[in-house]
Amino acid sequence: MAGLFAVGITAFVVLRWLMVPADFGALGHYRASALTDNMDRPLVFAGQAACVECHADVAEVRAKGRHARVSCESCHGALAVHASNPAGVKPVRPDPRRTCIVCHTASISKPTSFPQVVPAAHAPEGSCAACHVVHNPKIS
Amino acid sequence: MPGVEGFIYPNELELQWSVLIVLYPFITGLVAGAFILASLERVFNVEAVKPTYRLALLTALAFLLVAPLPLQLHLGHPERSLEMYLTPHTQSAMAMFGFVYLWYLMVVLVLEIWLDYRRDIVLKWRASTGLSKHLYGAMALWSDNISESALKLDDRIGRALTVIGIPSAFLLHGYVGFIFGSIKANPWWSTPLMPIVFLFSAIVSGIACILLLYFVTCWLRRVPVDMACVDTIATYLFYAFLVDFALEMLDLIHRLYEADESFRALDFMVKTRLFTSQIVVQILLGTLVPLVMLAVTQLVSLRERTRRVLYVLAGSLTMIGIFAMRWNVVIGGQLFSKSFLGYTTFKMEFATREGLLPAIVLMILPFVILWVLIRLLPPWGHGEGDRGRRAGV
Amino acid sequence: MDQDRRTFLGQTGKLLVLTASAAIAWEHVLAGRPEDAPNYRSTDHWWGMSIDIEKCIGCGTCVRACKTENDVPREEFMFRTWVERYVVDPADRDHPQVDSRNGGYDGFHEREVLDPNLKMFFVPKLCNHCTHSPCVQVCPVGATFESPDGVVLVDTAYCLGCRYCVQACPYGCRFIDPRTETVDKCTLCYHRITRGLTTACSETCPTGTRVLADLKDPKDPIHAFLREHMVQVLKPQMATGSRVFYNGLDGSVR
Repeated sequence: MAGLFAVGITAFVVLRWLMVPADFGALGHYRASALTDNMDRPLVFAGQAACVECHADVAEVRAKGRHARVSCESCHGALAVHASNPAGVKPVRPDPRRTCIVCHTASISKPTSFPQVVPAAHAPEGSCAACHVVHNPKIS
Repeated sequence: MPGVEGFIYPNELELQWSVLIVLYPFITGLVAGAFILASLERVFNVEAVKPTYRLALLTALAFLLVAPLPLQLHLGHPERSLEMYLTPHTQSAMAMFGFVYLWYLMVVLVLEIWLDYRRDIVLKWRASTGLSKHLYGAMALWSDNISESALKLDDRIGRALTVIGIPSAFLLHGYVGFIFGSIKANPWWSTPLMPIVFLFSAIVSGIACILLLYFVTCWLRRVPVDMACVDTIATYLFYAFLVDFALEMLDLIHRLYEADESFRALDFMVKTRLFTSQIVVQILLGTLVPLVMLAVTQLVSLRERTRRVLYVLAGSLTMIGIFAMRWNVVIGGQLFSKSFLGYTTFKMEFATREGLLPAIVLMILPFVILWVLIRLLPPWGHGEGDRGRRAGV
Repeated sequence: MDQDRRTFLGQTGKLLVLTASAAIAWEHVLAGRPEDAPNYRSTDHWWGMSIDIEKCIGCGTCVRACKTENDVPREEFMFRTWVERYVVDPADRDHPQVDSRNGGYDGFHEREVLDPNLKMFFVPKLCNHCTHSPCVQVCPVGATFESPDGVVLVDTAYCLGCRYCVQACPYGCRFIDPRTETVDKCTLCYHRITRGLTTACSETCPTGTRVLADLKDPKDPIHAFLREHMVQVLKPQMATGSRVFYNGLDGSVR
C-alpha cells in the first residue's frame, strides 16, 4: 500500500514537472505569456495620434472650437482599418443629424452645463451641419 | 429584462452556479457525516451503532467518488481541471479542494476501508475462483498475511486513521463552507459561521442518510432492524440537529439584529423568492418537524413500530431539509444583486450539461456505486467473526 | 497589415509633423508586437482611471466603443464597461432608482416622470483593477492575475471556467463569454495602453469623463485630479484598493 502511494506521489511530481507551462510563475502566479496574449489583440480604434497624422488640417479647425477635446473616432467610429490602409478603406461619413443627437439631446439627467437641445423643437429635421460647422460648432 | 426585478448589474442576469453546485456541498456533506458516524463506533467504541459501521464507511466512499463530478461537469473547460493540482493558487480556497479531497479519499477512506476489510478480502481471495479470484487478489494487493499479529497491526493503524479521519472529515466539509463563507462580496454567504453551519448540517445529513440506508438495507435483506442501533443513531441525529438548528438560528438572529446594508435586500428575498425553499421546506418541514418528531421519540416511550415510522419520516424530512439548505445557500446567494437593488431569477434547465437531468443522474450514481461496493465487500454477514475479532483484541 | 501600413507610409514619403507623444504612440502601433516596442516597460506604469461623474452625459459611446474594440458579445448582459443612471430622491437616499438598459449601449431615453426634486446622474462602471483583487485571490489556478503594471487580466488559455471569480467580484464586472466558456472582463485595453494609446472608452468619451491614468507617471493629470477633487471609489467598505477614482460619486451609488 505504501508502495502504491509512493508511486502515486512520484507520478504526480513527474506529471507536474511535465505539464506546468514553462513560463508559469516567472512574474507571479500566472503564465507570463498571458501578458503578451492580452497585448496581442488587434487595434480597432486607431487613436487620435493616428488620425491627426494625416488630417492635421481638420484637427486644426477642431482645436479652435468647443469640440477640441472630442476625439475623431467619437463621431467617426472605429477606424484602425482606415489608418492602416488609408487608400483602401474609406470611412463612412457620419450622419450629420443622428451623430449630433447622440450627445446633444436634452435630458434632465445630463449635467446642466452641457449644451443640449430638444431636437424636435430646435430643428425638427434636416442636417445639423446646415447651420453648425461640425468640427467647430459655434453656439449662436 | 425578463425575470429581473429592480436593478441588477448587467452581468448579473445569469446565475453562475446552478443545481450541480447545490449537489456538491450536499454530497460532500453526506460523506463527512457518514464518516463521522462511523468514527464514533471506532474511536469511542459505541457498540450499539456497530451494525452501521461498515455501511457508513462504504456510503462515505460511494458519495466521495461522486463528489467531484458535479464540479467537473459545471466547469467551462473540464479538460483543464488538472491545473488545480499542477498550479494551485495557495490564496484560493477552491484550489485546495483537490488536495483536501485526495487526502480524504486515499489516506482516510480507502486505506481505512481496506484495513478494515483486509481479512474479508483475503478470505474471499482464497475461496473464490476465476475472474473474481484475480479481483480480490488485486484488492488484497496480493498479500494474504492475516495472522493474528498482522490483524492486530491493521486494527491499530485503522484506529489511528480514524482519529486522523475525524478532523479530516471536519476539514473536508468545514472547508466547503469556507468556499462560500469567505466571499466578502456576497453578504448572504460571507459569515464566519458558514463552515460550522456546513459542518453540522453535514453531520446531520450524513447520520440521517445512514439511518435511512440501514432501514432500506434491512428491508431488502429481510432481516429485523436492530432497534438499539437505530435508537442510538436517532439520538445522535437529534442532538446534532439541535446544534445545527441553534447555529442557523444564531446566524439568522444575528442578521436580523444587525440589519446591515444588505439586510433589506436579503429580507425581501427570503420573504419572496426563497419563501418556499427557505421558510417552508428548509426551516418548517426540513428542520422543525423532524426535530419535533425526534424529540418525541426521546421524551415519550413509544412502541417500536411507531418509533421506526417516526425515524424514517424524520430522516427523510431531514434529508430534504438539508438539501433545501444547500439550495438556499448556493442559489439564494445568486438571486440578489450585489447592488442590493434588485433580483434575478434562476432558470433551471433540463437536459443540458448543468441541468436537472445530470443532477438526477449524479444523485442516483452514488447509490449504484454503493450497491457495487456492497456486492464486493458485504458490510454484514461475518457478523460474529467480526465482532469476535474485535472483542478478542 | 503592418507591412501594408509600413509600405504605405514609406511610399508616400510624407513628412510627418507630429508631437513627440503622438510619434511614440504610433511607433508602438507600428512595432506590431508590443513587447518588441522598446518604449514599454511594464514596471514603469501603474494604471488606473479617473471618472468625472459631473461630466458624464450618458451617451453610451464608451459602452459601444468597448464592445467594438474588444469584441464583447452584443448581449444585454455581457459588458466590460456599462453606464448606470441614478435617480435619487434626496429624502430617501437609501432607495435610488437605477436603470441601465442594455448597459447604456443605446444611450438613455428620457424618463417620463420628471420630478424636479429628484437628483439624476450617470455612473460609468468598469473593472476597478483592484490592488487587492478578490477575483485574483480566489482564482484556483492563476488564470486571473494582476500584471506588473497593475492591470487585472485573464488568461483565457488557462481559465477553467469555474466562475468563482465572478462570485467574488463585488462590482459585477465579470461575465462568462459563451464563445470561449471562460471568464471575460475589462483589460483596461491592455493591447492599447501597452502601445502608448489610451483605452477605447477614454479615447471616444466626448466629454472627457473617463481618463486613463498612469499613477507612476509624475506628469499624469491623475495627480491633479486626485488632489483637486473630492474623490471616492466604489464600495470603499470592500477594501479592494480600487483604482478607478470617481469625482462627484454620490453616496447612494452602489
